[in-house]
Amino acid sequence: MTAPHKLPVGVQLATLLRLLAVQGAWNYETLMGNGIAFAMEPGLRLLPGGRTGAPFRAAMARHAGYFNAHPYLAGLAVGALVRAELDGEDATRIERFRTACCGPLGSVGDRLVWAGWLPGCSLVALGVFSEGASPLAVVLSFVVLYNIGHLGLRVWGLHAGYRDGLNVANALGNSLFRQGPAAVARVAALTAGVVWPLAVRGVVGPARSWLVFVLAAAAAGAFVVTRLQGRLEGWRVAIAGLAGLILYSVVR
Amino acid sequence: MIELLPLTMLGAMLGLDVVSFPQAMISRPIVSATLAGALVGAPGRGVIAGAVLELFALETLPFGASRYPEWGSAGVVGGAVFALYPEGTTGALAVAVLAALLTAMVSGWSMIQHRRAIGRWAAGMRDAIADGAPGAVATLQLRGMTADLLRGGAVTFVALALWVPLSRILLSVWSLAPAPSRAVVVALAGATALGAVWKIVHATTGARWYLLGGFLVGLSLMGLT
Repeated sequence: MTAPHKLPVGVQLATLLRLLAVQGAWNYETLMGNGIAFAMEPGLRLLPGGRTGAPFRAAMARHAGYFNAHPYLAGLAVGALVRAELDGEDATRIERFRTACCGPLGSVGDRLVWAGWLPGCSLVALGVFSEGASPLAVVLSFVVLYNIGHLGLRVWGLHAGYRDGLNVANALGNSLFRQGPAAVARVAALTAGVVWPLAVRGVVGPARSWLVFVLAAAAAGAFVVTRLQGRLEGWRVAIAGLAGLILYSVVR
Repeated sequence: MIELLPLTMLGAMLGLDVVSFPQAMISRPIVSATLAGALVGAPGRGVIAGAVLELFALETLPFGASRYPEWGSAGVVGGAVFALYPEGTTGALAVAVLAALLTAMVSGWSMIQHRRAIGRWAAGMRDAIADGAPGAVATLQLRGMTADLLRGGAVTFVALALWVPLSRILLSVWSLAPAPSRAVVVALAGATALGAVWKIVHATTGARWYLLGGFLVGLSLMGLT
């Protein structure tokens, strides 16, 4: 069997919608494996015999097993695997591909999105907040900007995966993935530098006259947190600090 | 008394967004706390709580199997508690942020229990899934998402039911002056955020100079405005 040049529009939309839920059954045994099969299901219905045929059942069983990737790049694997199944690729080759692409799809996505795009968009929204924008503008600045990247990556991934099939490794050679994480990290660093003092000033409220002290204390605290990297998390320290502050204020 | 039902529903939906569906990051505190503030009738208060919590959330990188605080429900709790009190209520931000951080911790723990439960359900359906039975995969997926929705809602409800009355008690006996009350919260948030940014970018060539350059620009802007 040869796969159609393009998936029907209805199948593409159904797959994209299901990709938004690819981690809906995430667990410590199969990670997102069930979600991958769930997202592939509309495409696999195109196999001979449809939803009740033996090829469909075999493919569903194959793809519900262990799988891991960054959720936004899972579409790349889903597209490639649907293409491979519709092309009638050998099951062993498909299994090898599944195993091989877990690592790269995870690490590239983590660096590009979780360690780059997400904090970058957060910082932009904090910058908008610190300039005194309305709550609606702050929310929209984050949600719209972030999801341009988020949805764009998901749509591109499914398209590129289906187009290239098991040769989709070429897509990961895209300059976006090779140089993107470093470029995004630099932009995030620049944005963080600009926004950090402004955001602190934006939330300091009645302690405005203490601003210099607050900035100095925060910088010193950040130094300690980074020196104790891996052993100390700022938000956990803050729980202890705030509990102490509240206790002091109510019992003194 | 605030209406718990709309806030619980918001917490449920935003708790779902964290991992299960659709991961559009509407669960980030700058969004969730602002929405909660709007539901309470004070979006301007919500966005302040959201900005402080967002500084803390910069530290959270939601890598697959790692354990991390859950900010969707937590943002709703923090935003709602802070928005309950009028501007000038001393100590409100400290109490709201502590409520949110503790909720984030408990909710993060509940996510782990949720994932373990899905693992047990998957084990119970192993034969059907291994046989490629139509519907088995979708059933597990929908069960997991429904449970996550309920998880987020339950955490939000319990946290609000606890923190709304508790915050009233704490703030009624609050004795610290406004400036130090706010300064400690902001210093902790600022330290966490700066430490988080450094951890993310320090390994990238040249990024420290971008951070320093940006910092000088930020301080200049601060002097100008």
